[in-house]
Amino acid sequence: MTDWLGPEEWRAVALSLKVSFWAVLLSLPPGIFIAYALARWSFPGKQIVNGLVHLPLILPPVVTGYVLLLTFGTRGPVGSLLAEIGVVLAFRWTGAALAAAIMAFPLMVRAIRLSIEAVDPKLEEAGATLGAGPLWVFGTVTLPIIAPGIIAGAILAFAKAMGEFGATITFVSNIPGETRTIPTAIYAFLQVPGGEASAIKLVIVSVVVAMGALLLSEVIGRRVAARLGGPG
Amino acid sequence: MIEIALRHAFADFTLDASFTAPPGITVLFGRSGSGKTSIVKAAAGLLAPDSGRVVAGERVLLDTARGINLAPYRRRIGYIFQEGRLFPHLTVRQNLRYGAWFAPKDAPREDAGRVIDLLGIGHLLDRRPASLSGGEQSRVAIGRALLSAPRLILADEPLAALDEPRKAEILPYFERLRDEVSVPILYVSHSASEVARLATTVVALDAGRVARQGPAAEVLGDLSVLPAGTREAGALLTARVAAHHEDGLTELDASGAPLFLPRIPQPPGSRVRIRIAAHDVILARDRPVGLSALNIVAGTIAEMRHGDGPGAIVAIDTPAGRLLARITRRSAMALGLAPGLRVHAVVKSVAIARGDIGTR
Repeated sequence: MTDWLGPEEWRAVALSLKVSFWAVLLSLPPGIFIAYALARWSFPGKQIVNGLVHLPLILPPVVTGYVLLLTFGTRGPVGSLLAEIGVVLAFRWTGAALAAAIMAFPLMVRAIRLSIEAVDPKLEEAGATLGAGPLWVFGTVTLPIIAPGIIAGAILAFAKAMGEFGATITFVSNIPGETRTIPTAIYAFLQVPGGEASAIKLVIVSVVVAMGALLLSEVIGRRVAARLGGPG
Repeated sequence: MIEIALRHAFADFTLDASFTAPPGITVLFGRSGSGKTSIVKAAAGLLAPDSGRVVAGERVLLDTARGINLAPYRRRIGYIFQEGRLFPHLTVRQNLRYGAWFAPKDAPREDAGRVIDLLGIGHLLDRRPASLSGGEQSRVAIGRALLSAPRLILADEPLAALDEPRKAEILPYFERLRDEVSVPILYVSHSASEVARLATTVVALDAGRVARQGPAAEVLGDLSVLPAGTREAGALLTARVAAHHEDGLTELDASGAPLFLPRIPQPPGSRVRIRIAAHDVILARDRPVGLSALNIVAGTIAEMRHGDGPGAIVAIDTPAGRLLARITRRSAMALGLAPGLRVHAVVKSVAIARGDIGTR
């Protein structure tokens, strides 16, 4: 693959994988928590939380990226605080991961929330009567049952993160080796004469990764469904 | 010993019930809406009553007066749900172990191997709930509750979701539980035949109140607690298997009175309890002759009751125990039936349903 892809193209692919991996990994715990809260609890401001989570899905990505820049930029309210402890997000690959995570978050939360809503609370009640406290019930009953939903949500979020463009380029620009992910690299290649060949290769990589993610989630989903519903 | 006293105002009725449950199976018996399931839920901590007290042995699980209300997971109650509620992602073995894992190490517990044998689920241990039949799921659910080292077992109409053959499959396991396991069991049912088969004690509920509490035979024979529609009425007799005859009949000895019924599997000498449905009993002033029915027991009318319909129900005290007969008011008038009168109760042998015969 390294032979087929030039060093610059390869760097874009590797960076995209790294950015998407961290984006998904770090947004999973809050994603599960918020999905659970939205599915099971009623609390004041629930609709506002729901709206905020879904906002990146509806806003133009450029707007999301600009809001991130204003907030997490080195002179932004959060960014300046983070800068004091040595964490800089703007124009770094970590910022690309943050942008990808925010953009993929609604998809992840939706998938996990649906699977939590499908869990029969009566099973959790049964767990409680057998002596399991609330956290144990979540860990031993709810979590294993929603695992397929979590995996599906994570794969969907990963695919979305791999393709994120607008917020990324606005927040962290398009710096080769630092923030130049596959989509921004394709965009850059198309801006220079003779760049089409590289762009096409990255397009192929994108398609393969996206198809692979979809197939993987199908396979995992079927295997889990067979385990829960079929003869065992 | 379990003590339960609860008060709770629902939108449509008020639950106000208190009773004690001795060891064995205490059946909460009553029509739907009489508050049976609410009592069980409150005992488990799944429903917070307005006020009440639940004590299992020495342990106070709920006492609103003292501000005690243990969370469900701290109550150590084995709950057998109507729908089984087995964990679909775990094998049968893991389901069975689930409760034991959370129980304190020093809690008195049943031996897992014995429970698995008792319920006949040894061959299912590696399977998942989705691949089990309804009856098998019920048995695993019973085992799961039993192995969680419970202070009390709650069974909320555990057979209601099963068809008749499956019910017949599960009932003997509850009989064995009653006879071989020391944990008290609170069992919700609206089926008179389940009560007759299983109950050590019956708590009859009517519109949220305890109408009558006592040993099964006494409560079932009490006309004042019978549900308004007496179609399900029946008396409970205990008897000893006297002999199996060659013509396919079994002879029972009910406190000296012989009773014949189609062959049952219990060996001679064993104790059985049989339910004789009130609509299978015929009454005669004089001892009938030239009759095909084999069982004729003389007794004295203790009580009579009739509702708005054409039927009447008569309780007859006989040497075998109290029998109930459901007859028409017209017949009662024609025969001049009244409390204190000697009558002969006639029961067809083949009328005694096999499902109404249990151990002890």
